[in-house]
Amino acid sequence: MSDFVHDGWSFYIAIITVVSLLACGVFLKALSTQKLARGEQAGTTGHTWDGLQELNNPMPRWWMWLFYITIVFSFAYLILYPGLGSYAGYLGWSSQGQYKGEQQQAAEVYGPVIDRFLKQDVLVVAANPEAREIGQRLFLNYCAQCHGSDAGGSRGYPSLRDADWLYGGTTDAIRSTILNGRNGVMPPLGAALGGSDEVRDVVHHVLALAGRTHDGLRAQRGKAKFATTCVACHGADGKGNQQIGAPNLSDDIWLHGGTEAAITESIVKGRMNQMPGHKDFLDEGKIHLLTAYVLGISGRVKP
Amino acid sequence: MQEQSTYNYNVVRQFSIMTVVWGIVGMLVGLFIAAQLIWPELNFASWLSYGRLRPLHTNAVVFAFGGSALFATSYYVVQRTCHARLFCDRLAAFTFWGWQAVIVLAAVTLPMGYTSSKEYAELEWPIDILIALVWVAYAVVFFGTIVKRKTPHIYVANWFFGAFILTVAVLHIVNSAAIPVSLTKSYSAYAGVQDAMVQWWYGHNAVGFFLTAGFLGMMYYFIPKQAGRPVYSYRLSVVHFWSLIFTYMWAGPHHLHYTALPDWAQSIGMLFSLVLLAPSWGGMINGIMTLSGAWHKLRTDPILKFLVVSLSFYGMSTFEGPMMAIKTVNALSHYTDWTVGHVHSGALGWVGMVSIGSLYYLIPRLYGRTEMYSMQLVTLHFWVATIGIVLYIAAMWIAGVMQGLMWRAVNPDGTLTYAFVESVKATYPYYAVRLLGGLLYFSGMLIMAWNVWKTVAGQKAVDMPVTAAAHA
Repeated sequence: MSDFVHDGWSFYIAIITVVSLLACGVFLKALSTQKLARGEQAGTTGHTWDGLQELNNPMPRWWMWLFYITIVFSFAYLILYPGLGSYAGYLGWSSQGQYKGEQQQAAEVYGPVIDRFLKQDVLVVAANPEAREIGQRLFLNYCAQCHGSDAGGSRGYPSLRDADWLYGGTTDAIRSTILNGRNGVMPPLGAALGGSDEVRDVVHHVLALAGRTHDGLRAQRGKAKFATTCVACHGADGKGNQQIGAPNLSDDIWLHGGTEAAITESIVKGRMNQMPGHKDFLDEGKIHLLTAYVLGISGRVKP
Repeated sequence: MQEQSTYNYNVVRQFSIMTVVWGIVGMLVGLFIAAQLIWPELNFASWLSYGRLRPLHTNAVVFAFGGSALFATSYYVVQRTCHARLFCDRLAAFTFWGWQAVIVLAAVTLPMGYTSSKEYAELEWPIDILIALVWVAYAVVFFGTIVKRKTPHIYVANWFFGAFILTVAVLHIVNSAAIPVSLTKSYSAYAGVQDAMVQWWYGHNAVGFFLTAGFLGMMYYFIPKQAGRPVYSYRLSVVHFWSLIFTYMWAGPHHLHYTALPDWAQSIGMLFSLVLLAPSWGGMINGIMTLSGAWHKLRTDPILKFLVVSLSFYGMSTFEGPMMAIKTVNALSHYTDWTVGHVHSGALGWVGMVSIGSLYYLIPRLYGRTEMYSMQLVTLHFWVATIGIVLYIAAMWIAGVMQGLMWRAVNPDGTLTYAFVESVKATYPYYAVRLLGGLLYFSGMLIMAWNVWKTVAGQKAVDMPVTAAAHA
């Protein structure tokens, strides 16, 4: 695979590079002819600007050697490594190759450490203290950025430590969430409900569902609206639907906040939430350990 | 025709004073964002958030402080060494007011969140156009004065100023090419890895020409002047000038090691960065050797201390740079605070100190005095600034190497030993030392502002008569 649309460009790059490096050396050599005899003091060039003059000292020899050495090193490097157009270099090194090599090495060294748990049932793995330790380290590497180091979650990122699941807490559901990710969408429904007063009624009904302080009259009116607009996803009793990730509204556990203001915002503006899929960069063994770890911290499996 | 008989010191005075002002503003923003890294609670409003203030800090110190220092010294040096008044007073005045307008627009738009998202070139397209206009005017004024010169040869400082002015024009115009969608939003003319390469061709040459060649021009005038000695070697100036400006152009890809940039481009960037070591050191050697026969002055003269220590930091960071450009070293140092330390050893140590030293020489002469109000305060400034830099860069070196090692540490099961947040936590003490270092450097600028105020207050602005060129 070449980086060049035409071989001509490859030569163009290679020739300019070689000529440029050579030119630095030739230029240095051409201007380094001057020497001072032992004990001789350099004179000035004879020019004066605003009282300033220049001496005619030769360039320091150690400095010229430094310059030559970097040029020679560059040519040696260009023979060994890629640099001259599409010439791959004598050693055949490439950054892609180095990456693949490191990955392969990692797979050979670490693969058996991770994969030995694949043969075991996930519930057995979840109860294994050593697997839990590895699982925790994987969790800190890949999951803690959103779900928190203690998996307690934060606004917009669900806690994995409680018994409440948006998409189900079975082994298969958790594995599927890690593999493929999830897209949670609540559409904006302010207009569909009629207006801000109607929205407020529904908000108070939702507060009532969760057992929070609410205005009973509004909640009563909101219940009717809820039954026509919200019921399709959240269900008549507001217990949600794990098939589509519609949250349970009756358990007082909130992904985007349970205050009147937060619920109003959820209804009026809607919510978009995404968990990215990990199947492209975590192999089967790691997914297995992570699934077991999540089952463990959620309290489903005791060590 | 009395006007023709004096140098145009007016624009030099304006830029000199604004250098001090913008230095204080830019470094204050730097202090604030350094504090935000320790206390994230300080991000209390969107327009005061780290993401918006960081580009304001870099723009303010590089282009407002550094830029004003370059305008001031290049206008002074080109007049003095050409024995001619600056070409076209009106155009020179336009560069001053135009550049100040750019800075004020940056200070307004960046906190508001308007950004092209290109590092060190964040300003949106209408401001970019104003920059281009000011810069072309700058080139006309500078080269117009060179054309008017009364000396047969062009002094070495002007080679560097000239290269800096020409190249920055090319860099700015090419990198800022964009398609506007509204007055405040545009998209880069380039896409993908080409955009990244153009960005870092610009970014590294902004370092090479704005922050190196320009300030070498400053060094080539103010060191021989303050030391009272001739420049050490004409040959060395010729060789290091041409090899420096030639080689810098190639070095940009070292910012994109181990990315989507093709391997051949990364290799060339690394090699020319290594070749750049000798040309860079040529300037340091020429400056420091100019002191032969005048070393004793270093003991008593704080201005010379500033200038010589700036060259030491220049030598140090131009050694560090090529080392960090080596792929293997870069694999450890990239994305860590080591880079931040490297940049600040160049910025505070080289650019800052050579500018401060030059201004301490320049400002009294622009107001008809022979030296600053208090040389003791200059000495104090020198020590406060030097200790500040040492604290700053030592903290960032340790933090950077620590982060690099933490990020690559692996457990026996192949998982990372440290979560990212653990490296952040481990960096806290170094952030605190860095803030202290920055605070010291900033206090130095306040001392300078006081000293400058006492030097110029009540003084009459003096425009010296143009001196006759000496004919050998």
